[in-house]
Amino acid sequence: MDSGMPIPQGIEGAIDRTPAQSARGTYLEAIHSWIVTVDHKKLGILYIAYALVFLLVAGAEALMIRIQLIRPHNDFVSPFTFNRLFTMHGTTMVFLVGMPILFGFGNYLVPLMIGARDMAFPRLNAFSFWISAFAGLLLYYSFIGGVGLSGTGSAPDVAWFAYAPLTEKAFSPGHSTDYWAVAILASGIGSIGTAINILATVFCMRCKGMTLFRMPLLPWLYATTSFIVLVAVSPLTACQAMLLIDRYLGGHFFDTQAGGSAILWAHFFWIFGHPEVYVLVLPAFAFANEIIPVFSRKAIFGYPAMVAASVGIGFISLGVWAHHMFTIGMTSFGNAFFTLSTMLVSIPTGIKTFNWLATIWGGRIRFTTPMLFCIAFLFQWVIAGLTGIMLSVSAWNWQLHNSYFVVAHFHYVLIGAIVFMIFAAIYYWYPKITGRMLDDKLGKWHFWLMLIGFHVCFDTMHIPGLMGMPRQIYTYEADRGWNTLNAIVSVGGFIQGIAVLVLVYNMVHSFFRGEEAGPDPWDAWTLEWATASPPPPYNFATDPVVASRRPLWDLKHPEDPDSAFE
Amino acid sequence: MATIPLEHAHNEAEWRLPTRGVVAMTSLIIAESTIFTIFVTAYLYNLGRDTHGPTPKEVLDIPWFYSICLISSSLFIWLAEHAIEHAKMAAFRLWWSVTILLGLIFLYGTAIEWHKLIFEDHLTISTNLFGTCYYSLVGLHASHVVVGLIMMLVTVAFAFTRHLHPEHAYRVKVLALYWHFVDAVWIVVFTVVYVVGR
Repeated sequence: MDSGMPIPQGIEGAIDRTPAQSARGTYLEAIHSWIVTVDHKKLGILYIAYALVFLLVAGAEALMIRIQLIRPHNDFVSPFTFNRLFTMHGTTMVFLVGMPILFGFGNYLVPLMIGARDMAFPRLNAFSFWISAFAGLLLYYSFIGGVGLSGTGSAPDVAWFAYAPLTEKAFSPGHSTDYWAVAILASGIGSIGTAINILATVFCMRCKGMTLFRMPLLPWLYATTSFIVLVAVSPLTACQAMLLIDRYLGGHFFDTQAGGSAILWAHFFWIFGHPEVYVLVLPAFAFANEIIPVFSRKAIFGYPAMVAASVGIGFISLGVWAHHMFTIGMTSFGNAFFTLSTMLVSIPTGIKTFNWLATIWGGRIRFTTPMLFCIAFLFQWVIAGLTGIMLSVSAWNWQLHNSYFVVAHFHYVLIGAIVFMIFAAIYYWYPKITGRMLDDKLGKWHFWLMLIGFHVCFDTMHIPGLMGMPRQIYTYEADRGWNTLNAIVSVGGFIQGIAVLVLVYNMVHSFFRGEEAGPDPWDAWTLEWATASPPPPYNFATDPVVASRRPLWDLKHPEDPDSAFE
Repeated sequence: MATIPLEHAHNEAEWRLPTRGVVAMTSLIIAESTIFTIFVTAYLYNLGRDTHGPTPKEVLDIPWFYSICLISSSLFIWLAEHAIEHAKMAAFRLWWSVTILLGLIFLYGTAIEWHKLIFEDHLTISTNLFGTCYYSLVGLHASHVVVGLIMMLVTVAFAFTRHLHPEHAYRVKVLALYWHFVDAVWIVVFTVVYVVGR
């Protein structure tokens, strides 16, 4: 290698030496600047803030469901309200919390990590955010739109997968289903826009020297996620269009009386629905890929295997959807195919899990709050994967489909893996975004409450499922033996609610009173930590030039740079 | 002050990345292809499942002429791309206008076909399952033709007011990529609706 050639404007030139300046202006100017912004960092923050608001809303809906189910024959809410609660809870968590918060972090981090000034298409970025925001407002307007505030308005009540023909005009009169369909359509357009933007950013905006295989794993995984969004969210958009054609133009796609097919909807929905899980979980993996090495003080183990496994998951995830439909009835070939393809996912995910363990192995581990969440994530992800493999066996699935076992399984994925990693990401990047550290003591309270609440709630929830308790039921008989279990599940739910409130308090408190973070509080290695906290609008004073996967390590350890080993 | 050894230093000019327009348009085409796949799947799945007529065989005529117009427009837009790359603006305006004209002829073909179906055969989107699938799929494609035509008309307006220059060749290529996609999709839609479907 051509060693010793000095680069006057390498990554060092990218470090901003100008002191941070606080912008001053009236509140109106501040609000205006947020509304018209096309800056990827501000849009990222908008996405995250918007998602956190809906996290609280959908969390409150979940707790109302749990209050209703805490004892048999409870009548905390009406059956009609209950249907609306679980529909809105699911729809909100997937489309208004999961996607936006992950896109928010992607927006904020991808350009910084690849040494770029902004996303490839800043205005498309703003459009994507605002149309997603509109989708959220539209969905929640359904509560007060239509018949008004009395009762529960006209919120959708068809469950988050909205099976046909229940959604047809004959069975869902009024506009509740229309709110759902149009909101999903709008949010889908926003998601596709962001996915296009992330792909263009990752492939076209990397700084000098950052080849694809020197890129941090986070942009790699976001590119994979974006590809899945392109091919998985588009079918959802298409079938919402079909549903609206049925409802508004008198079409017959899902109208079984005119020869249409309800099963077609199920296929189309799950062609979206299962890859969507990977759309949500791959960014969670991406956070783990960045956080675990930093707090283990080791470079990520098996970088090429991690890339291959992530891309592999992306492709395999497109061929597993019908494992949601074993009970609908398929040929034995179909059953065998989707059982096997689903099990196949466990190979690349297993590779990733072992690589994380190997990264931690022998490292000098720092048990900070983000790292604690990562460790909990590893265990919970493995358990979630194992119940997933159980459910992929079609015979087992026939027994347990649409039971609380399934609900417990996918909440293990969505909360145990994804939400835990979102919390880890919040603790890890909050100092970069705001310039202040989150309080570590409150963080530990948050972590332990969350961990205990999670396991009390969702470990227990498997059991009533095995005993035959179906999902989406309003109430149950007292003689089924489910009473104590449901009470425990509800208590666990409330402990998690308290944990989230601790996080909210911590975020607000630390924003004003938190310790100053400085540019690089974790002694990390990727380019975002080369900028001030929060980064200036232009990100890097000069375009950085990198020579390895860990440019900041190279800068801090000129005697032992990574680039010497490439 | 530490300096970072960097192997790329002596050949900095070689740092080339794909252009964002092409990557973004390719991504959009992937997403759009998936949407078309869903509508095509629905069309094929629902073939022959109608409870009552009219059936495709009774009412559909193969639109040979209009299909040839649309598909040949891919050739002319390619000539236009070639012309602007070589700074031949007069040729560009000619080929670009021919492309638009062919697109308009295709749309006219769809319009008279739909007029016949609606007023002579009494087939609308709500008549039966075939009507729903047919108008959705062909309409989805036609709406893409309309979007393409609008963008090309804007471009031709810039071209004739001398605001379009050879340095915009790259942007023209991105738009042309979209038009090639619209043409390619028609081959699929044509095969499904008029060959397999009848």
